[in-house]
Amino acid sequence: MDRKTTHSKAWLFVLPVILLVAFNAVIPLMTVVNYSVQETFGNNVFFWEGVKWFEAILTSDRFHASLGRQMLFTTIILLIEIPLGVAIALTMPKKGVWVSVCLVFMAMPLLIPWNVVGAMWNIFALPDIGLLGRTINALGIDYNFTSQPVAAWFTIILMDVWHWTSLVVLLAYAGLNSIPDAYYQAAKIDGAKPWAVFRYIQLPKMKRVLTIAILLRFMDSFMIYTEPFVLTGGGPGNSTTFLSIDLVKIALGQFDLGPAAAMSLIYFLIVLLVSWLFYTLMMKDEAK
Amino acid sequence: MSKISLKNLRHSYEPEPGPNSEWALNEMSVEWSDGGAYALLGPSGCGKTTLLNIISGLIEPSQGEVWFGDDNVTHLAPDHRNIAQVFQFPVVYDTMTVYDNLAFPLRNRGVPESEVDLKVREIATMLDLNDTLLTRASGLTADGKQKISLGRGLVRSDVNVIMFDEPLTVIDPHLKWVLRSKLKELHQRIQTTMIYVTHDQTEALTFADQVVVMQAGIVVQIGTPVELFERPRHTFVGHFIGSPGMNVLPCELEHGKAVYGGLVLDVSNPIGQQPTGARLEIGVRPEFVSLSDTGIPVRITKVSDAGRFNIVDTQHGEDSIKLLVPSGHDLPSDTVYLNFDPAHTQVYADDWMIS
Repeated sequence: MDRKTTHSKAWLFVLPVILLVAFNAVIPLMTVVNYSVQETFGNNVFFWEGVKWFEAILTSDRFHASLGRQMLFTTIILLIEIPLGVAIALTMPKKGVWVSVCLVFMAMPLLIPWNVVGAMWNIFALPDIGLLGRTINALGIDYNFTSQPVAAWFTIILMDVWHWTSLVVLLAYAGLNSIPDAYYQAAKIDGAKPWAVFRYIQLPKMKRVLTIAILLRFMDSFMIYTEPFVLTGGGPGNSTTFLSIDLVKIALGQFDLGPAAAMSLIYFLIVLLVSWLFYTLMMKDEAK
Repeated sequence: MSKISLKNLRHSYEPEPGPNSEWALNEMSVEWSDGGAYALLGPSGCGKTTLLNIISGLIEPSQGEVWFGDDNVTHLAPDHRNIAQVFQFPVVYDTMTVYDNLAFPLRNRGVPESEVDLKVREIATMLDLNDTLLTRASGLTADGKQKISLGRGLVRSDVNVIMFDEPLTVIDPHLKWVLRSKLKELHQRIQTTMIYVTHDQTEALTFADQVVVMQAGIVVQIGTPVELFERPRHTFVGHFIGSPGMNVLPCELEHGKAVYGGLVLDVSNPIGQQPTGARLEIGVRPEFVSLSDTGIPVRITKVSDAGRFNIVDTQHGEDSIKLLVPSGHDLPSDTVYLNFDPAHTQVYADDWMIS
């Protein structure tokens, strides 16, 4: 007897989750797919265009430029935030009252709404009235993030490091705290220098949390929108127009729904592919 | 390699211990001769790991000195003491191969690579790790990892003492026996002092030439397994070693003789003048109690089968006395009489054997 058919009511139990996933992920995604292969001029009139928008996006210089800026930005903040986060976690106290103080301080930037972070840094970095902007100018360096691309990049990167390094710190700190004392004692007896302790004990034991930290920071920074939108609005010129900002400009500024939908899908696939590749590579040894 | 002496050692985990502090270790002076196999035996929380960590240098004692041979090492860090330690949970460097794990302590000390290779291969052969030498250490089973921990101590030729902190805790039962005999064999081969911490009397008694029994931060007895069994210096040793433990019964003193249940008992240790007020007890192991026609009258309350022996629980007034009777031996059902072997009956004053 086929036991599988006797419990067809079981489908009822998974129905809620199917509906939930359908309504919050699959159906919206399908509408995007729908837009990406058609042209519309409003009034729900659609014309079939096939893969035209995809070709257009993939060959567009504008897309290449924002993708390039996006990759550069993500690479820079990963290169700063991950080592810096690990370094801060290593110097944080292991026990005592200062642990909670440090943790609260670390968590604070994470609790601030993203648009507020953007607004804060906007004011903070203004060359005429902002503390940071005035200080830098007072040091004799010509700094104006609203007109100089380099200054704008510098400010956005500094803001992101300020906002998100804490997350890496907290994850790395949790990873470090889970290392049993015996490892440190054994290393001491084996005559390991501090660098060897870091390289062969702390770093390998932090591998899992760091993988998660890198993944989270990659995905978040690759999709960054709010903070640069509030801080620079993508300027000066297009110099800080990252993928999300560009996408919103195409979709809502120019109302080119077809190209915007195609770009969304390409964007989504890039994030998915990179995350998957990275996670698979990092976990390859673990599975053995 | 050298003798290890602990002089007037005392330790408290409080930062500035005063006279009323809680002492994890009470004052003790112990000598461990070079090349001996020692076991530190005691219940959890008795201070044995503290003592071990003081010898290895992971803890600096509140008071007293640690000497390795003619050197005072009390204030030296572990890596300057030439010791090796195997921990309760296996410590391996996950990202390294077994080979690199074994080579790690040597490379840290700047030993030339050709020498490292020789030594690593020698130790790997000794520990049967040759087949897995080039695999990642993280993939090994618990006993394999524990062998690596041990191997990292063995590769160094300058090691004064190898210490084991309950190393078989996470090992499967059938492998415990294998590893234990491997250890014993290794000790015979390399003749390095080994100190083995455990709360398992079987492990301690099979591994060690000398067993150090600890209780509540005090070394209560140091002796060979036979001494601990036949002449426990403290009632705790009598309880803790042997299964079932020693019978300890309150007794009185009359004309310099021990009296229990109205009977004058011959004992192995001479009772001199005892300070009044001391709590006197006699101790006799169940192995040395026998049924007899005359002696202490008791009532049998329980008989449990322990294989070759039956453990017989008897009651004399308030006291229960255990004895071993060979299986198949008929037991009378009413009152029986017990006899204590005078050569193995001791008198204790306030838990310590009178000597």
